[in-house]
This record gives sequence, C-alpha cells and structure tokens, in this order.
Amino acid sequence: MRTGMGTGMTRESLVDRHLGFVQALREAGLPVSLAEGLDAAGALTLIDLADRNTLREAYAATLVKRPSYRPGFDVLFDLWFPPVVSGSYGTGAGERPDGGIDLEHAEIPDLRDRLADLLMGDPDDPAFREFARAMVERFGRVQASAGRQSWFSFAVLRALSPETLTARLLDRMLAERGGLPEKIARQQISRNIARFQEEVATDVRRRIAEESGIEKIARSTVKPPIDRIDFLRVTKAELAQLRREVYPLARRLATRLTMRNRLGRRGRLDFRRTVRASLSTGGVPLTTRLRPKRPHKPELVVLCDASDSVSTFSHFTLLLTFALREQFTKVRAFAFVDAVDEITTMFAPGADVIDAITRMAQDADITRFGRTDYGNVFERFAERYADAVGPKTSLLILGDARSNYQAPALDTLKRLAGRARHAYWLNPEPRAQWDTGDSVATGYGSVVPMYECRNVAQLAEFIETLD
Amino acid sequence: MWFASPDEVRERLTAVDYLADDGITTSVFLAGALGKPLLTEGPAGVGKTQLAKAVAAATGARLIRLQCYEGLDEARALYEWNYKKQLLRIQADDDAWDDIFSEEFLLERPLLKAIRSDEPTVLLIDETDKADVEVEGLLLEILSDYQITIPELGTIVAARRPYVVLTSNATRELSEALKRRCLYLHLDYPTPERERDIVLAQVPGLPASIAEQLARTVAALRVLELKKSPSIAETIDWARTLLALGRTELDDAVIGQTLGVVLKHNSDQARAVKELGLPARS
Repeated sequence: MRTGMGTGMTRESLVDRHLGFVQALREAGLPVSLAEGLDAAGALTLIDLADRNTLREAYAATLVKRPSYRPGFDVLFDLWFPPVVSGSYGTGAGERPDGGIDLEHAEIPDLRDRLADLLMGDPDDPAFREFARAMVERFGRVQASAGRQSWFSFAVLRALSPETLTARLLDRMLAERGGLPEKIARQQISRNIARFQEEVATDVRRRIAEESGIEKIARSTVKPPIDRIDFLRVTKAELAQLRREVYPLARRLATRLTMRNRLGRRGRLDFRRTVRASLSTGGVPLTTRLRPKRPHKPELVVLCDASDSVSTFSHFTLLLTFALREQFTKVRAFAFVDAVDEITTMFAPGADVIDAITRMAQDADITRFGRTDYGNVFERFAERYADAVGPKTSLLILGDARSNYQAPALDTLKRLAGRARHAYWLNPEPRAQWDTGDSVATGYGSVVPMYECRNVAQLAEFIETLD
Repeated sequence: MWFASPDEVRERLTAVDYLADDGITTSVFLAGALGKPLLTEGPAGVGKTQLAKAVAAATGARLIRLQCYEGLDEARALYEWNYKKQLLRIQADDDAWDDIFSEEFLLERPLLKAIRSDEPTVLLIDETDKADVEVEGLLLEILSDYQITIPELGTIVAARRPYVVLTSNATRELSEALKRRCLYLHLDYPTPERERDIVLAQVPGLPASIAEQLARTVAALRVLELKKSPSIAETIDWARTLLALGRTELDDAVIGQTLGVVLKHNSDQARAVKELGLPARS
C-alpha cells in the first residue's frame, strides 16, 4: 500500500482513519454496509492517496449511493481528511506569489481587491481555497468566553463582506447594466460568493475539529439528507430543493400504479393470431399471442388540507398533485380549510406551478372561519362533489386530522371511502402526536388507512408499498 | 486492466472528446480496477450513456447494449432457445431429443453475449430503472460473479470480465442489493466552465466567447424551477443552431428566438422569458 497522505501517515493510522470515517458516516445516517466498506478499502490500495480529490471521489463512488447523502458525506470527508493540518497562510510563507500581496499583513481594502479578483475567476482555482483559508486564519478567531477562543465564519465574512463587492464586480464584468447579461453575471457572482462562504465554513469546521475533536463537530454539523427533512419544519431554501424531488416521485407513483396493473393480468388469448403464428411451426401453437390488454386508467381524487398548520406539507403535496396530473388520465384536486373547493382548473397542464399555488390561496373558496373543520369538509364534499369518487377512483387525503374539536363526520367519510377503489390518508405529523389534543387520527384511520408521511423518504416508501 | 490511473482515464476519454471531471475519472478507473459494475445516475441528457460509449471507444472494446424497458424479460435479456429450430430437428430425426439443448439452438441475448465474449467488452445496461424489479434480480448473479446459469447447459463463467456500465434516470429507486454491488457515480449538470469546454469540443468552429455565454445562459436557466432543465445535449444543439444561423453574438433577441431548442415546454419558455427579462415572442 502506498502511504504518504501529505502528512506521512502510517498504514495503521490510515486504517484507523478509514474505520473512523466509515463509522462517522454510519452515525450520520448513511447506510454503509460491511462489503461497501471493504470496497472502499480496496479502492484505497489502488489510488494515489496524496491526491485528495481522487481520494474523495473514490470514497464517494464506493460508499455514497444516493445523491441526497452527498452533502453530508462532503462535510465529513473534509473533517476526516483535512487538506492541511496546520493553520498557516497557504503552502508557502506569508508571501503569495500569485496574488502578489501578503495575506497576513495586507490592509482590508487590498484583501477585498484580491477577493474580487478571485470571485471573477473559476472557484476551482486552488488559490481560491487558499485565500479562504488564510482569511479564516486571520479573521476567524473569536474570543468565545474568558480564556477560550473558537473559530467562526461570521467574523471572516463580516471583515471582508463579499456581498458588498457585487456592484463593483458587475461594473468590471459588464460594459452596461441591465438585461440578460446582468442576470447571468449576478448569478455567477452569487454562486462564487456562496462558494467562498462554503470554503470558509469548511475551514472553520476543520479548525474546530482540530481543537476539540472530530466526533463532536461532526455530530452537530451534518444536516439530515433532504429526503429526511420534516415537512412541517422545512425552510424556504429546502422547500425549493424539495420541489426538485417532486417530479421523479410523481413518475414513480404513476409507474407503480400502472406496472402493478400490467403484471396482474395479461390480455386474453388472441386465437386468430395464435393459429396464424403456429403455421410457421407446423401447426403446433408454440407461441401464444395475446390481445393487448385494455389499459386501466387510474383516476385520482386528492383532498388536500391547505390550512396554515400544515402549509409546507400542503405546498409540497399540491406540487405532487400537480405533477401527477401529467401522469394520470384524470386527476381532480380539492383543497380545504373549513370549506372545500375544487382547484383542478388552477393546476391545468402547462400552467406555472408556483403561480397556481399563490392563486389558489387567493381565489379558491376554502375558508369560512379559518379553522380546519374536517367534519364539515367531508359533509360538503359528499354533497357537492359526490360524483368525483367512483369505483375507478383512488382517493388520497392529505392532512393532519386536527379538526378543532368539531364533529368528525366519520360516516360520511366511510361512505366516500367505500365507493372508491382505494383510499389513503397521509398524515405529516409524527405518529407519537396522533390523537393528542384535537387530533382524530385513530378515528379517521379506522375508516381510511392512515400513513405517517413526514418526509420525502416516507412518501417514497408509501408509494413503494402501494397496492 | 482497463486503465492504469485516473489521470490516464482523463487523457483517453479526452482523446475521444469526452471531458471528464474528477468524479468521473476516479469512478471509471475504480470500476475497471476493482472489476465492479459502474452505476451512473442523473437527470436525462448529462452524458450517462455517452460515458459508456466513450469508455468503449477509448479502450477499443466492443460495446454491447441492453436497453431496458418495462416488460423486459429473461428471454430478451439473457438467452432463449430457438424453438422453431428445435422442433424441426425433432421432426427430422426422432433420436434428436438429447441434443436439442445445445449451443446450436441457443439464441444469445446481450447479457450472455457480453459474458461469453473473448474480446474486451463494455456492457451497457441502459435505463435500468425502466425495467421491472424482477430484472434486477436477474442482474445480480451476472453483476457480482460474472456468470450465468442456464439449467440445460450449466453455469457459464465469463471468459473475460466485461466492463459493465448501468445507467438510471432515478425514476424509481433501484434495489439496495443492486446498488451495493455497484460503484455509484452521480452525474449532474456540469459547471459553466466545464460545459463551455464540452460545447467547444463537440461543436468545432464555434467561437469561444459564444460558448462561454451559452454555458452561462444555460446555467441561469437551470436555476429557474423548470419542468425540464436543459441538458448538455440540448446546449450542444443550441450551439449548433447558432452556428448554423451564422450568429456571432448571443443577445437577448437571438436567445428569445432560439429558446425552443433548449426549452421544450411552453410553460418553461414563458417562465424563462419572464424571469430572465427576454423580449416576448410575437
């Protein structure tokens, strides 16, 4: 085995580090099997360990089998295999030949000039990262409490305030402002600034890990992968990310429903074509020909709670509903708070999803007093839209089953569910909170099978088990 | 051995006009060196299939392709007995019952062909996620031991391990068992810098400044929440369109006119026009 990971590691320490890293990945929720750990160890014997990027990609290829695990993996990798060990100003002494300035003693305006140069360029340039590291060394140390100091990225970002460079950079990049070129330039700048912040944060984490141990920092910095984030606690940025997960999910749900269907029954025997085919084998019907089966067209009726308590969940499920419209022949969507209204037309194919959701909040007649009332909603639904639910329909109810102590109208729901081919209820609350307070989860769950659906992973799981 | 090092992968892939980044070179190298299949996953049109073709071209290996689709079964993926020929043989010769299950009557399908091939072979199993879950079970024996069991003939072990590349658009989650046996490579949209280089390599004659603008514009489009983000293939189409139109500059008007090359949904185009402040099409 080749050693020499920059710092001259021995074989034993490399094995220890490998095992520690694999363990840390498991603790962060990545399912790393024994075989995969061995694959990774096998890969280490084949690559040049001094090349950190290759090492990172080798670990990623053998251990990380889902893109949503990658951000967490990268954080841990940076902690376990830090690029540099000492806190210095780059590889050389204080002098940086390429930037032409002394990062340790230069004035802040000069440093900002240098940062501006770097932000104009390619963030993969090694100088970019080295600059970030040097800046952490210089500004990142903050007195946390008496006699204790720690590292923080905000101190670095405050000293250099990269965002305020945007105007200057735009002037340098463009002859005139406005239009598409400005949009594109702005995007490039903000991407590079985000990258700079990320580099600073990475280096800060590395320094904290050096001082107080990797395990401690690892536990507090690795965020759960996007598909495990609770719908009810999702932030705005995460919501945008979640939206990207919607289309694959919708496709999966649709194929799930049609595939099961196709497997279940083959078409009936096509006698004429079977006999015709048997002629080429001397009258022995070796291959049977089947009539193409009449495709079953699933219909979907979605009843979605749009009240504030589950707004992020309903936002997500509405997107899912919208995506499903393109997969199912017939989807009817209804939203409710304490009144129910059909929102199908707002989600016409080709319409803009985000607009549609905003429009729904304004136009749909779903609120009377603004407090969720499932009982009333089911009564009204059965009254006005009874024809929507038929023997071909799958009925999907999305909501937290919190009815503000109103009558639950269980019989009405039972009738509705009985008429439908399938009925499911997805509840975004953790199972432990069901039946607490005004929740009637068990009541409704006895009529319509209720599933806990707190994150994308659980939603995907629900889809996989559909039958 | 397929490649000696990740750097060699880069060189040889570049020679066949496939520009690889660190992630690609490392996993392509490891797949060859560890003798494991490489599972590439990512959005449509980022060069997953192209990667397999490039590996075949770079190593001079034969490419065998198995296109997956819903309903793909053993008979079309592995092997099938030639019933008609067997029947004729039995009719011609009553004692032939013993030897109708032999090589002569075996129809090779892509997987068996790849396993039995004597020359270096790249086996591309395309769009694995489209196939039914049962097919994955079928693949497990082949991918972990490189062998196929045919009840009448016994087990056929690969004479020479093929280089296996599986692709998936992630329309469904592949089974853990399959993923465990593979190296995993997530291919995503490239950075504008890399995309510029790809466009320049694929569309010779395009001025570098246009390629740069094009890559940045496409990156701006991908940030919008579109139904279908433009793929690399579509960026290249766009570059070819501009070249064919003889444009030497990419301004708002040109982008507005040719937006249909990269955005195929009406709502996506409307959104791009609105968000990027393009002139509306009349």
